[in-house]
Amino acid sequence: MDHIVIIGNGISGISAARHIRKMSDKKITIISAETDYFFSRTALMYVYMGHMKFEHTQPYENWFWEKNNITLKKGLVSQVNHQENQLIFQSGETISYDQLILATGSKPNKFGWPGQDLDGVMGMYHKQDLENLEKYAPNNKVCKRAVIVGGGLIGIELAEMLRSREIPVTFLVRESSFWSSVLPAGESGMINRHIKNHHIDLRLGMNLKEIIADENGKVKAVVIQETGEIIDCNVVGLTAGVSPNINFLKDSGIELGRGIKVNRYLETNIPNIYAIGDCAEQHDPIGNRRPIEAVWYTGRMMGETVAQTICGNKIEYKPGHWFNSAKFLDIEYQTYGWVFGKPKEYEAQFHWIHPDDTKCITVSYHKQTRKFLGLNTFGIRMRHEVFDTWLNEKRDVDYVMEHLSEANFDPEFFKTFYKEILSAYHNQTVNA
Amino acid sequence: MSTIQRNMSLTGDASNHLNFLQKIGTIIGLAGLAIILLSQFNDFSNQGVWLTISLVSITSGILLFSKGSYSGKLEGIKNHGVWFKSVSSRGFWGWIAGISLTGFYIILYFYPGLLGANADGNTGIVGLFDPLSKLLSGNPASQWFVYGTLYTVAILAFGIKFIWKYRHNRYEQLRTISVMFFQTAFAFIIPELMARLNTDNFSLPYNDLKNMWPLNYYAFDSWRVDQFINAQTIGLAFLIFGILSIFVISPILTYKYGKRWYCSWVCGCGGLAETAGDSFRQLSSKKLSAWKFERWMIHSVLVFSVVMTVAVISTYLGYDSSKYWFTKNVFLISVGTFLTLLLTGIMYYKRTELNKTAVKGALAGYIITIAFLIFISFFDLSQIKVNAAYFSFGLNTNSYSLDGALRTFYGFGIGSIFSGVIGTGFYPILGNRVWCRMGCPMAGILGIQQRLFSKFRITTNGGQCISCGNCSTYCEMGIDVRSYAQKGENIVRASCVGCGICSAVCPRGVLKLENDSLDGRISSNEILLGNDVDLMDYVNKN
Repeated sequence: MDHIVIIGNGISGISAARHIRKMSDKKITIISAETDYFFSRTALMYVYMGHMKFEHTQPYENWFWEKNNITLKKGLVSQVNHQENQLIFQSGETISYDQLILATGSKPNKFGWPGQDLDGVMGMYHKQDLENLEKYAPNNKVCKRAVIVGGGLIGIELAEMLRSREIPVTFLVRESSFWSSVLPAGESGMINRHIKNHHIDLRLGMNLKEIIADENGKVKAVVIQETGEIIDCNVVGLTAGVSPNINFLKDSGIELGRGIKVNRYLETNIPNIYAIGDCAEQHDPIGNRRPIEAVWYTGRMMGETVAQTICGNKIEYKPGHWFNSAKFLDIEYQTYGWVFGKPKEYEAQFHWIHPDDTKCITVSYHKQTRKFLGLNTFGIRMRHEVFDTWLNEKRDVDYVMEHLSEANFDPEFFKTFYKEILSAYHNQTVNA
Repeated sequence: MSTIQRNMSLTGDASNHLNFLQKIGTIIGLAGLAIILLSQFNDFSNQGVWLTISLVSITSGILLFSKGSYSGKLEGIKNHGVWFKSVSSRGFWGWIAGISLTGFYIILYFYPGLLGANADGNTGIVGLFDPLSKLLSGNPASQWFVYGTLYTVAILAFGIKFIWKYRHNRYEQLRTISVMFFQTAFAFIIPELMARLNTDNFSLPYNDLKNMWPLNYYAFDSWRVDQFINAQTIGLAFLIFGILSIFVISPILTYKYGKRWYCSWVCGCGGLAETAGDSFRQLSSKKLSAWKFERWMIHSVLVFSVVMTVAVISTYLGYDSSKYWFTKNVFLISVGTFLTLLLTGIMYYKRTELNKTAVKGALAGYIITIAFLIFISFFDLSQIKVNAAYFSFGLNTNSYSLDGALRTFYGFGIGSIFSGVIGTGFYPILGNRVWCRMGCPMAGILGIQQRLFSKFRITTNGGQCISCGNCSTYCEMGIDVRSYAQKGENIVRASCVGCGICSAVCPRGVLKLENDSLDGRISSNEILLGNDVDLMDYVNKN
């Protein structure tokens, strides 16, 4: 019987395992050095904020795995010996596989900043990071200020976490506006203001120069590159993106780029080894997607896809229309299709913002053909299925704007703004 | 007593401590309660004044606490530190609150004399409430009036707190205003005022119009039905409304809106759970084993309530068949026929939607009920004597006829112990909806209707779920909402009371409560929206 070994018990590896189990009786082993059981990484923040206990982040009860005959193994794999179809653990133990799925996820980026390995410096990715944060920032007496470096999704989540315990936060963002590489200016500006309303000391266009240690090798302060300002702090959060967690594969013979190189079937250069999720890098980007997609949903989709291939139904990774979501403090964000932070040359954008400065949308369309390309929505929930249909049907922007209320997904009795949005859209079109 | 720290947080005291306003609010609120407690040992001369001071203190204490919690903060989800605070995470204060509430219920139900209730003139706590009772109904207070007043104050004050907490969410606000209204008007003021209509030859029973059978298990007790019939047109109208409520009005409303129209918009038990109990919603168990237990438990109570009610009605029909055209046997046969038609209808038309355990459970409940109907038709229950001491832990040493024993045991076991002592007293331990989830026969009926005959569902938004678990954690009914959402599957569960909190706490906008067409209401997708269209087609059609 085939033995499928999966390294990584995140959403990618677990999705693969579940789908393989649905289709087959193959022996499945999942290896993780991080935790005993699968948990939702995106929910770690809620544990620190006291919304949930860690066990609440585990989507399946502990008996689930044994009942489904999925073996869980805790351990750190230090080497892949593909000639022998064998994994070697740090402990020296070995395990053999017939097919191997690499789903090792990411690790936080460190850009060689002086002091980046001091005590009190951490990312916010692994469960161990959460434990570290509990240790160094349990409250605002132990941690009098935290500095966060890097203005992306994890950075703002870490800021929200720390603020939930009333810890003062300085937030260094390299760009001139929050997450402006992804968000159009109107949206990014609204989030800047929302961050400040939460009493977060947002420093735009600022970089970290170095982290200064106290006599015990613990963080004492940071120095800002641009101004030379020294900010006293007890914790530094490094949240300048993530990169594939593949160091242990360096001399394995598996082809690596920034990530593990895979073809559209998620196959590596070694026949019976696959890579999925954050650690996989496509040889060629798919459509507008990046070659490495470190997103929950894409990890799940790759898991679903590779399970088919392993069970004999060889199938390409061919994701549907792009979608994503996040929450910036109190403001929810959803995106369907493509809306670019710096509009492409063919792209026109319509932006509407509510006077209360917590809701806005941006609709992207093709300048010449007026084809609808995508939508970003903030503070207003929209229906995934409706946008997926409109994108499939290649609707034009006028159709989408006229029918926008059909995509509403806000709870019942919520005030809607589709009339205002439509009239703003018409005014803008007339003016243009 | 030390609390066991179950979360990963070693300290977390920044979100744990009370701020200034919260402390002041707590002190003022507790002072209001202390006045009530003191009145037990010291009969105040100015009862009206002290009662007013006490109720105003309790209310303003709660409001100040809410102001301390929510004012000056941006709109949004306010769950910081829920699992760090000992009162909301089964810590020391959680247990203290649970034990105090439980103690209060035990005294209320079984030792009302201790509260000063006395037919010859109230003293103590009940006496303190005399002025308000006389103002409303003209009669002295009873322990139930004390309970009703405190209950209403709790729903109103904690209702305002809840509205404040969810000030960005109109669904939450509207349904809270609704339960506050129904509690104050229908459960509290109207019945008291109606008591003023009573004269020597006209008397209506205490009647909360929204409290329908079988939640109101004494709805068809002999004395009530007699009183209704004797109270001419208005009494008869109430009686007919009571019957229509359960057989016509509630099925229609549940079809259109789901059971939430009752459980989280109208019901008093639900009203208290959603307001005063809101801080404990996260304590309900989400385990699969809890769900299995729940299904057997609530449906057993439902069977018990049907059997008990039939037994009670059959005996007074049996006593005097000339008074009603409806004799005992006609009644038993119609109940049997109704249940048979109902069951065969469901088994036939819904055969694809029922799993094996549901069929097994339904058949077991049906067979027990029918066996009991046959038993009743051959034996006169009023002639069979039962000593209650065996069933009441010795609290009740009377001897009853079997119908009376069933009625008394139901009232004791389900009405008092389950709904009161456990249902509310254990809020801080088992969560705020343990009665609604495990015990309420009305919720049982509405649940069956909601699962099988309703347009209501919680829609999952395509593939947007990130399995974070906020929805499941904050589901007061213990539904593992996430297990559906992460499969892209709508949530259609008998127990869902439609409180809307799963949708509110979802950080990705994945859940929406709605009434929509029956097609595709229950959907299950192996592959979620967003993946390859061909793969979705391939897998989902298999």
